[in-house]
Amino acid sequence: MTELRCSLLVIGGGPGGYTCAARAARLGVDTILVEGNRVGGTCLNVGCIPSKSLIHVAQVYHTAVIQAGPGQLGVTVSAPALDFSQMQDWSRGVVNTLRNGVAGLLERSGVKTLTGWARFLDGKSIEVASDTGPVVVRAEHVVIATGSVPTELPGLPFGGRILDSTAALALPQPPKRLAVIGAGYIGLELGTAFAKLGSAVTMIEAAPAILPQFDDKLTRPARTRLAALGITLKLDTRTTGWNETTSTLGLAGSRGDETLDVDAVLVTVGRRPATDRLGLSELGLRRSGPFIEVDDRCRTSMRGVYALGDVTPGPMLAHRAMAQAEIVADVVAGRANAWDKTCVPAVCFTDPEIACAGLLPSEVPAGVASRVTEFPFRANGRALTLDDPEGFVRLVSREDDHVVLGIQATGPGVSELVSGFALVLEAGLRVEDIAGTIHAHPTLGEALQEAALAAASTRSLRDR
Amino acid sequence: MTEHTFRLPDIGEGIAEAELSTWRVKVGDVVREDDVICEVTTDKASVEIPAAVGGTVTWLGGQAGEVMAIGSDLIRIDSDEAAASSAPESRAEPGAPASPAPAPTRPAPTRPATPAAPRRTAQSAAVAQARNAAGRPLAAPSVRGRARDLGIDLRQLRGTGPAGRILAEDLDDFLLHGPDLRSSVGRTRRTGTEEARVTGVRRTIAERMARAKQRIPHFSIIEEVEVEALEELRAKLNQRFGTERGKLTLLPFLLRALGEVVVDHPEVNAHYDDEAGVITRHEALHCGIATQTDAGLMVPVLTHAEARSLWDTAREIKRLSDSARERRIGSDDLSGSTLTVTSLGPLGALATTPIINHPEVAIVGVNKIAVRPVWDGRTFVPRRMMNLSCSFDHRVVDGYVAAEFVAKLKMLLETPAMLFMEWRDD
Repeated sequence: MTELRCSLLVIGGGPGGYTCAARAARLGVDTILVEGNRVGGTCLNVGCIPSKSLIHVAQVYHTAVIQAGPGQLGVTVSAPALDFSQMQDWSRGVVNTLRNGVAGLLERSGVKTLTGWARFLDGKSIEVASDTGPVVVRAEHVVIATGSVPTELPGLPFGGRILDSTAALALPQPPKRLAVIGAGYIGLELGTAFAKLGSAVTMIEAAPAILPQFDDKLTRPARTRLAALGITLKLDTRTTGWNETTSTLGLAGSRGDETLDVDAVLVTVGRRPATDRLGLSELGLRRSGPFIEVDDRCRTSMRGVYALGDVTPGPMLAHRAMAQAEIVADVVAGRANAWDKTCVPAVCFTDPEIACAGLLPSEVPAGVASRVTEFPFRANGRALTLDDPEGFVRLVSREDDHVVLGIQATGPGVSELVSGFALVLEAGLRVEDIAGTIHAHPTLGEALQEAALAAASTRSLRDR
Repeated sequence: MTEHTFRLPDIGEGIAEAELSTWRVKVGDVVREDDVICEVTTDKASVEIPAAVGGTVTWLGGQAGEVMAIGSDLIRIDSDEAAASSAPESRAEPGAPASPAPAPTRPAPTRPATPAAPRRTAQSAAVAQARNAAGRPLAAPSVRGRARDLGIDLRQLRGTGPAGRILAEDLDDFLLHGPDLRSSVGRTRRTGTEEARVTGVRRTIAERMARAKQRIPHFSIIEEVEVEALEELRAKLNQRFGTERGKLTLLPFLLRALGEVVVDHPEVNAHYDDEAGVITRHEALHCGIATQTDAGLMVPVLTHAEARSLWDTAREIKRLSDSARERRIGSDDLSGSTLTVTSLGPLGALATTPIINHPEVAIVGVNKIAVRPVWDGRTFVPRRMMNLSCSFDHRVVDGYVAAEFVAKLKMLLETPAMLFMEWRDD
């Protein structure tokens, strides 16, 4: 059996894992990365990136279909056609480009990459089942960055016509009739895209609202768009069974039981940490539900063992994992670093997009007086010239010192605004700082300045 | 007519404050635009400040001689002209936002920087630290990262940035000056000083103390005295005679004892004229009694203590101390002492190192009475004990003599009957 020694072993080659390994190696730490599948993880290979490709193509096709019908803004096209496999080729090309970039980054940084599934022997020894036989790696520091996998519904095991997001993204053709179970952001993004690609989509959600973590106002434009796209939305509805032979889904809703004949069922009811194969029971790490508990330096309850990304409590977002990865790499390299982020921005690539940084109005702690101001895209020149004036930018600020606590937006392309929102929060800016910054005209970003001006002008500035 | 407020303009690079040397106008004056309204002086120059608008002066922001911060409100002028070159500010909203940006004047700095010691300080340490949306100290990522690298907990800082944000400069300041000690709740640094002229009684005290301490090589003996018998006697006498003759303190007994001891130790009851090289020993015991008054320490003199009865002594002590405290004591009562007694009464501490009243050669300090355990040979017993702290002029009083003097004093006080009987052989 081959035995390797290193200073740092990173298990998992997703955004968290590869960022951590590359940075640590660049800081001079002898680093090995273990990945059972392909570097880039869920996000790059079967998640964010291919889904955004799909969403983009869906929008392009959808626009063409509208232009082939009544036309749009004076533009008409004839006979739009969708070559789905060509689209898949293009999407795979994007993924390959990015994955090669990651592989190159790891190589240039001096990270040794092992392919195989890792399993803890003890806190410092990991056995990797590689193609060339088992390899034991002994490391001073081990990082668990194994990400997450889709949650199954009882009675609806993945496989065949029951799809997880990975399978949905790999379909050879858009299904004629698609049921999407779970109206979280993954279900909404994919459901909307398939609807635009011609599928008859039914969305089933057990909760009384889509995207239940957001307030009704923020999700309303997306919900309106679902209806406009002909998507049937069944809220307060649960699945009761699946008949494989008839391809029928049983539903129980507030208006009684019903059945739904579909060609495919996409289950997006959540994700759970992918720790099953790791042999974590050997370590007895402190858990928080299915998640591995970590401190502000991503250290687990066992010395020398770190965890980051989706296996740790918090939003399952690639950029959170990458931020944690920087911390772990620094800590392992002996540098001072710790989690001190004000916010983890979040984006839903719904139609329209929803972007969020910091506190929602409902999340402001009791006892903190706050003010909420918003500016609608209906009054924004750029949104009107894009023929997409749905949505708004909303700003939550503290009443006493005007410090911005949270910014949310829904509307055209607001995903590109969210990093600016996060910058406001991390820098600890006040509404007057945004109001006093020149925002280029005509841009969507002006809506943020307008919301800030509304907050600044309606109260006097306390000279602090 | 609108009232315009004008601020003290920035009159030079890097100047935070200026002295308002002269007002050329007063409230009610009518001024024209560009009339000089006042002169201000900095350490660099004297500058005339003109009126920015014509109108009636309604308020002046300070008095001549006052040092004002650049940017603080200087004058209000009631005018129907629009203020062209200065920043009008409605009086109704003194704390209103500075939204119409003042053109030539700077907005009032929240705290004028002290030129000499440029410590940046946040508005008030009593104000809770500014926190961001995540509840952490309000600071940009770069500042947080630098603090981490330096090992500084940002919770120790109060920021000077907008909304109390911690700036890179605040971190520099922290590195330079350390933690702002005001930040602990409710505790503040006191920085004021007060000057007082040393005059009158205080000046005399200062001169005499300095002379005594400079010229006399002091040494002190501290001895403990058991005062059980003395205190019992004093209590009985006070019980018996207190109402008609007044209460006796311990001091008359001490003076009686001193009157006896100085017979055997005339070296101690003496004046030493060190310039003439003459020691004058006194038969009489004129006892100086150190007395605290509002004006300071005074030493009235009880003459011929050796010849007075206890109650006579007590009455005289009271008369002297009262007249000293009421500041109607004559110079006769303040001069001529041959030996001084100093007692702080219940404040008398365990031991003191009294300073000799020049040109005397000794001083007797009385410390407070306290019950202390005393070993009687078989067991500890509670005893009322009192220390005597006596200082001597070593030039003319030898240690041996001083020790004998103190021992005799102790013996007499511990056996008070000897104060009142004929025990000498002669």
